[in-house]
Amino acid sequence: MESLMIILVGILVAIATYLILSRSVFRVIMGTAILSHAVHLLLLTVGGLKKGNVPIIGQADGAFTDALPQALILTAIVISFAVTAFLLVLAYRMYLTNGTDDLSQLGGKSDE
Amino acid sequence: MNNIIVLPMIVPIITAIFLVFLRDSIKLQRIVSLVTMIFVTAVSVALLQLIQTEGILRLDFSGWAPPFGILFVADSFAVLLVLTASIVTAICLIYAFSTIGPRHERMFFYPFVLLLVAGVNGSFLTGDIFNLFVCFEVMLLASFALIALGGEKFQLREALKYVLINIVASWMFLLALAYLYGTIKTLNMAHISQRVAEVGQEPILTLVSLVFLIVFALKAGLLLFFWLPGSYSVPPTAVQALFAALLTKVGIYALFRTFTLMFPLNPEVTHTLIGVMAGLTIIAGCMGALAGQDVRTIATYNVVIGVGFILLALAIGTEQAMAGAVYYLIHDMLAKALLFLIIGTMVLLTGEIVVKNMSGLIRNYPLFGWLYFIVMCALVGIPPLSGFIGKVLIGQGAVETGSYVLLALGFGSSVIVLYSLLRIFLASFFGETSISEEEKKPIPRGAMVSFVLFALCIVGLGVGAEGIAVYVNDAAYTLVNPSVYVEAILNTHE
Repeated sequence: MESLMIILVGILVAIATYLILSRSVFRVIMGTAILSHAVHLLLLTVGGLKKGNVPIIGQADGAFTDALPQALILTAIVISFAVTAFLLVLAYRMYLTNGTDDLSQLGGKSDE
Repeated sequence: MNNIIVLPMIVPIITAIFLVFLRDSIKLQRIVSLVTMIFVTAVSVALLQLIQTEGILRLDFSGWAPPFGILFVADSFAVLLVLTASIVTAICLIYAFSTIGPRHERMFFYPFVLLLVAGVNGSFLTGDIFNLFVCFEVMLLASFALIALGGEKFQLREALKYVLINIVASWMFLLALAYLYGTIKTLNMAHISQRVAEVGQEPILTLVSLVFLIVFALKAGLLLFFWLPGSYSVPPTAVQALFAALLTKVGIYALFRTFTLMFPLNPEVTHTLIGVMAGLTIIAGCMGALAGQDVRTIATYNVVIGVGFILLALAIGTEQAMAGAVYYLIHDMLAKALLFLIIGTMVLLTGEIVVKNMSGLIRNYPLFGWLYFIVMCALVGIPPLSGFIGKVLIGQGAVETGSYVLLALGFGSSVIVLYSLLRIFLASFFGETSISEEEKKPIPRGAMVSFVLFALCIVGLGVGAEGIAVYVNDAAYTLVNPSVYVEAILNTHE
């Protein structure tokens, strides 16, 4: 199961890299969103995909799942959500004022 | 357990939320934000004293004993930086009062500044590496908003690039965290240090530390500073000064913590690499400062040189060099803020950004000119001022360990700093004045007050170096002997 997840993470990272390297701002933002999902999956996987009880004292004996990676992912998802929302608004404003969403046309300072 | 450790982060956040409701009363916003920063400064002074009497302080949130919960740790290194950051922000706020304009003030300028400080202080104080990531994000989101605030064409363009680069860096941070958790199953910095010492720094851990190195190097502008000149020159002057003083320093702080506390065991790889990167940063920064034609570019490349110089000390790694680095970090935060404020005011007064097109400013504004002279001397390291002691101590450390190449690079960069800043001084401040008496704009009084306060801090840090030597030496001692830090966190079995 872990190997399958890691391969999935790899595929997602590959897609994200492809998107981030493109010229359109919107594709780049999609790329960063996919990249963040890939990293969240990775966090879950390296914590170990165990089957077990809920980690509450006194519930049951035997193996229990590690709750920490899930807590980390929860925080990371919230942060990535906020940043993506900000980035989408910023990109929209930038499109309105600069009149282009092509990153290669957003070059240096010479045009001011 | 001491609850006041959390105040430098929580008070700015609460007042920032409070200020959102005071959107239209600009006067009240100014007073509240300034009072907040003065309060945080007072708290950090009190913390600094407390550490001297009680040793390293820590606060376990909700009483979850380490290594299980999130915690804040206050050692001398962290609190010295919190104190400096709070002073810098308070003075930059005074500058902003008279220059930023009601349009920015109405668009939540003060709340964003307070959130930025909360993120910075949180990053300095946290003892949990995932919490460091969260505080980084708090700081970065505030800085994204501050860069874009104003909505000018070039601001939005540079903000977009800055945001994209930082998002990619943040996900690399998460990647490193994932591998770290996968290998040693803990995120508490002291606990990581202990585990790494127990199992020895295996190649996989060194690899993880190198990913951290890339991430923090991006944040600190160590070698990977390509984003820095663009994004540091577009926001309003007060914001530029805050960025120059605070943002890169958080990255530097994280690098110091990572490679003195958590992964100090494989210095042949990591510390050598940091040394090489610092050297290259200095060289590239010098080239940028020499080639720059406009004052803002020269100032931003001086930030890059400063980063390289401080990280030389990390590569050298002796106690003396660490003490030098702490001195130099404090000095650099104060002096870079003043440099950016003065450069920004020059642009404001003349409407020009190219060095050659300004002339004779010192005739119209004598005090302003001599303040620039002071900050220039401080950055070069002329003895009575603040840069001197840091440079001497780092230099001594380099001689001790025989790293003469680093020594030559570090001190060679001082000459370039002197040349690049003196060029501005000679071309823009001396010569025939291009501003006649009638069209001379006055410098706002608040701006002048903030310059003088910064200059006093710089002179005070240089002359009164003996006074803070106790704290700096304590900070350096803890950095070189991470066991002190680990002991203070993990001896909970009473």
